[in-house]
Amino acid sequence: MAEITLKDVRKSYGTVEAIKGVSLDIDDGEFVVLVGPSGCGKSTLLRMIAGLEGITGGDILIGGRQVNDVEPAERDIAMVFQNYALYPHMTVRQNLAYGLKNRKTPSAEIDRRIAAAAKTLEIEPYLDRKPRQLSGGQRQRVAMGRAIVRQPAAFLFDEPLSNLDAKLRGQMRIEIKRLQRSLGTTSVYVTHDQMEAMTLADRLVVVSAGRIEQVGTPLELYEKPATTFVATFIGSPSMNLLHGRDASAGWSLAPDVARPNGDFTLGVRPEDLSPILANGPAPAFEATVRVDGIELVGAESLLHGRLENGSELIFRVSGRARNAIGDAVKVGASADALHMFDANGHRFG
Amino acid sequence: MQSVVFPNKVLPYLLLAPQIVLTVVFFFWPASQALYQSVLREDPFGLKSGFVGLANFRAILANPDYLHSLQVTVVFSLATALLSMALALLLATSADRVVRGRNVYRTLLIWPYAVAPAVAGMLWLFMFNPAMGTFAYILRRNGFVWDPLLNGNQAMWLVIVAAAWKQISYNFLFFVAGLQAIPKSLIEAASIDGARGTKRFWTIVFPLLAPTTFFLLVVNTVYAFFDTFGIIHAVTGGGPAKATETLVYKVYNDGFVNLDLGSSAAQSVILMIIVVALTAFQFRFVEKRVHYS
Ligand SMILES: Nc1ncnc2c1ncn2[C@@H]1O[C@H](COP(=O)(O)OP(=O)(O)O)[C@@H](O)[C@H]1O
Ligand SMILES: [Mg+2]
Repeated sequence: MAEITLKDVRKSYGTVEAIKGVSLDIDDGEFVVLVGPSGCGKSTLLRMIAGLEGITGGDILIGGRQVNDVEPAERDIAMVFQNYALYPHMTVRQNLAYGLKNRKTPSAEIDRRIAAAAKTLEIEPYLDRKPRQLSGGQRQRVAMGRAIVRQPAAFLFDEPLSNLDAKLRGQMRIEIKRLQRSLGTTSVYVTHDQMEAMTLADRLVVVSAGRIEQVGTPLELYEKPATTFVATFIGSPSMNLLHGRDASAGWSLAPDVARPNGDFTLGVRPEDLSPILANGPAPAFEATVRVDGIELVGAESLLHGRLENGSELIFRVSGRARNAIGDAVKVGASADALHMFDANGHRFG
Repeated sequence: MQSVVFPNKVLPYLLLAPQIVLTVVFFFWPASQALYQSVLREDPFGLKSGFVGLANFRAILANPDYLHSLQVTVVFSLATALLSMALALLLATSADRVVRGRNVYRTLLIWPYAVAPAVAGMLWLFMFNPAMGTFAYILRRNGFVWDPLLNGNQAMWLVIVAAAWKQISYNFLFFVAGLQAIPKSLIEAASIDGARGTKRFWTIVFPLLAPTTFFLLVVNTVYAFFDTFGIIHAVTGGGPAKATETLVYKVYNDGFVNLDLGSSAAQSVILMIIVVALTAFQFRFVEKRVHYS
């Protein structure tokens, strides 16, 4: 059990700076998810916490202890790798025992912990098999087991579910969350999948190009994205963004809506837009969309279209769409559903 | 396996022809000659030969000289294989750690492989020649009685070192490739699991190299058995007192020096059987058992 602190952590590969000063406080027992597009530096950050990658600046503290130059084995962390990294020449039992044996844990204690972990993860029938005799999902569980038996101060996960099929991924997601809750172990989890991030995280850290864009609970990030990057990254389908200078070219904003001076970007989520009736009250935002695509996704439909000025807009209606491709639809959103960003892409108000 | 149908019936055979010709001329023809010769015995004047069945084989296997040569070969082959593999593995693990200039380092280590066996033999012969060799001089100055021309054990060491040296490059290449094929995340998982240095090497890296190691063991044994004639011929000529006379060298000695063709042919047939057995072993057991994924 431990808190993890990053203070202005940096990492350069030669002249390329992959991590450009990251500061973050992770509380004891918290489940933090690092999320961002591929190549933004999530894995590098995680590996720096693990000690697999040296840092070129700043400080890393685990449980209050500075670990900048501490070996991975002495950081009291366990890691679950994307490809599971199970030792292929050892049985499942030996895989679980390896880290404990190296730490001179008494063998009775090793047996006890393996039995407990195997029970929790339901891998008891496979303990004497080799990893190659297991399915992807079973290997994933063994990888989790190897982390659990160590009883470390923190779990580090690097995209542990990305090699599983969609159904199993959803199942394992729930299980990982439940397990982490019951163990109460501080966890840092890396993924590029914002859905996975939203469902797992106590707190989300959105990373972009080696920097933290925003930190917050999934709801905070959804409701109050700090930048246009976060606004479009969190939520599916992405938030619609419209440039202020185009106002009146197919869309309009009520005069009393607060906006930054100069240029601005207006954001509105597809789920906050709805078709408006000709005789209804005028909403804070309204736009006329020519529909050019309709997707029926289960209980709702996504309608893709373009405004008069060519900007794309997506909106969502429940059930089956009543419109056809080619229709011009008037949609609107209320003032509290609007997100305003200044010329630099930072949230306004 | 998908079978490909050539519209032209002749072309496939034409394409295969060079390989077939080479195999027939340099393998099947001599092999059949050896088989034929092995059941014949020449009269003392070499004028005519008669069929003697398996008599040549019986004679060989009862001959203490032959059994001694077999023992020499086993010692020589195992020592050569183990020495060159151990050194190659040591170099390969070091090379794996080198970051700067690793290509230069690797290229340099590959050079010995390009040296012809006889030349490699001469190289070591000169270095350790009791009369003029630099190393022989150093050994003697340090109070070590060095004379491979008289001392059979020393002669054996010299041919082993020379033969192993030449094979290091080959083994090195395979070990480097083997090390590179080990997923980096496994090494990282091991380092998080608290295994470092030699412990990590023996518990993770070495077991994962097992397929490479077994493959090389067979290849090196075959090399030491059959491909070291040049080295032995150049360094010791099988002496002193047959201390370094391996089976292959004995085939040459009996057949071409002593002109006992029947016995020599029978010996080469036995060698052929050994190669076939080793190769079968390689395919049947090694290839199947020691792979992990
Ligand atoms: N060993 C390395 N050498 C050079 N550049 C690297 C190395 N590892 C990662 N990078 C660079 O650092 C950036 C972040 O990589 P990574 O942390 O793996 O991204 P992510 O996990 O978010 O997809 C990438 O641009 C990548 O090219
Ligand atoms: Mg990654």
